[in-house]
Amino acid sequence: MNQLIDLITNNLDLIYILILAIFVGVEVIKHIPTILHTPLMSGANALSGVVVVGAILVMLNADPDDYLALVLGFIAVVLGIVNVVGGFAVTGRMLQMFKKKER
Amino acid sequence: MNALLSVVYLVATITFIVGLKMLGHPATAKKGNYVAASGMGIAILGTLLLHGLVVPTMIYILIGLAILVGGSIGALMAVKVKMTKMPELVSLFNGFGGASAALIGLVAFGSQLADATQATTVISGIVIGALTFSGSIIAWGKLDGTFKSVVNIPKRNLINNLLLLGIVVFAGYMVLSGQQQPMFIYLLLGASLLYGVLFVLPIGGADMPVVISLLNSLTGIAAAITGVLYSNMVMLVGGILVGSAGIILTIAMCRAMNRTLLAVVFGSFGGGETVEGEDRAAGSITKTNAGDAAILMNYAKNVIIVPGYGLAVAQAQHVIHELEELLTKRGVDVKYAIHPVAGRMPGHMNVLLAESNVDYDLLVEMEDINPHFSNTDVVLVVGANDVVNPAAHNDPSSPIYGMPILDVEKAKHIIVNKRSMNPGYAGIENELFYNAKTAMLFGDAKAALTELVAELKNM
Repeated sequence: MNQLIDLITNNLDLIYILILAIFVGVEVIKHIPTILHTPLMSGANALSGVVVVGAILVMLNADPDDYLALVLGFIAVVLGIVNVVGGFAVTGRMLQMFKKKER
Repeated sequence: MNALLSVVYLVATITFIVGLKMLGHPATAKKGNYVAASGMGIAILGTLLLHGLVVPTMIYILIGLAILVGGSIGALMAVKVKMTKMPELVSLFNGFGGASAALIGLVAFGSQLADATQATTVISGIVIGALTFSGSIIAWGKLDGTFKSVVNIPKRNLINNLLLLGIVVFAGYMVLSGQQQPMFIYLLLGASLLYGVLFVLPIGGADMPVVISLLNSLTGIAAAITGVLYSNMVMLVGGILVGSAGIILTIAMCRAMNRTLLAVVFGSFGGGETVEGEDRAAGSITKTNAGDAAILMNYAKNVIIVPGYGLAVAQAQHVIHELEELLTKRGVDVKYAIHPVAGRMPGHMNVLLAESNVDYDLLVEMEDINPHFSNTDVVLVVGANDVVNPAAHNDPSSPIYGMPILDVEKAKHIIVNKRSMNPGYAGIENELFYNAKTAMLFGDAKAALTELVAELKNM
């Protein structure tokens, strides 16, 4: 029990941010028209590629002799960047098609 | 951490929130994508330039190389993909994000973990990242047709839930006991990968939108957990935004199929246990041909087109647009009725029809179009089945009972284009096909519609 309370009090800022971010996410997405479900999902998917920042930090912090960390970090950066660039590009392509026709 | 970097992360976080908000409105969606993308750009650049660590040049070169390689692969895939392959690609990208999070966790586990908080974040990051990765890869393979669509594993719900329980208990044990043996983490990694596979493998095509949306949300959560590990706000907030937005979208999908989120995660989900096809609905069907269907539509006052997955499979989105334009020119009022779970990912039909330049004002959502079926002359159902099955309204024993559907049976005439009389994904008969007002136009959607267009042109 004490451990749990410690865990919470030690990370109070993070927990506040976490809870507020959850509500922001919910509010931002509510009442989205069906037409935008796919681009929205794909855009959100691109955003989750923010994990690449962590991958870059892994590499920056890695000991130059720790080959395992460097290799795993390298792969993590590649995969994360594919997620980011591919995600935003494909979202852009989809949205490009949603044009009103001129009559 | 460099103070300027904190400011950069703050700005990036704001662009994520604003960008996502803008993505939710048709008028601002395109700008929203740019806003979020540029935020991501400055977050990455900021990390590279302002980290304030002493780093050998070799590592910079490696990072640069990784960004170059990953960036080109991502851009190439995004540009090359056909619109009909969109669900697969989104799923694949999502899997990559999950894998990235799991790898970061593995590296962090290799260096010493200071306390229980760190152990919790690292271990949960590995578990969620790994199962998202394997699950997304399976989803990608299934959508792509590489894997058979439905694989039945006996007692799969029990096995899956036990496995999940085992993962949670074992992870909890590792955190509390402070165990840091590499062997243990590899075991956990393997179990998580296996769970992802077993979770997605048995799920049938019609439930795919829910699964893809759920996996998407999980990647966000994995990213957020990694953010906690590095006390990195942009990762934390970005990840949580994706996570909660994804959950909302998933719940919307579930509601459209009359399922609960819990049922999705813990079983009784996605085929396998379908009720034996009851022959009760059986009766005689009426067949029609392109010529008769063309006449019916040509002289109708209004026509509603109901597209389904069959349209995507046959790649008939351009022909259907041609048909719609032709009818509109002849003075027929044509609209498309879009069911929230038509297709294989959320909003699949909208993207597909947008590709062939259909004006999005013509795409009408279920709640808005349902009142109009009763004064509609002709409904053309193309490759859709369960979303128009009246059993959802009037057969309590049906697996889809209670699912909101498009009320096409209220229209004066119904033309159903299907390849054969095989039941839809849910494996249940559709009495709509036996309705006296229904005429069946058998054949591949593209071939049948092309013929229909040709007949119309001759009139």
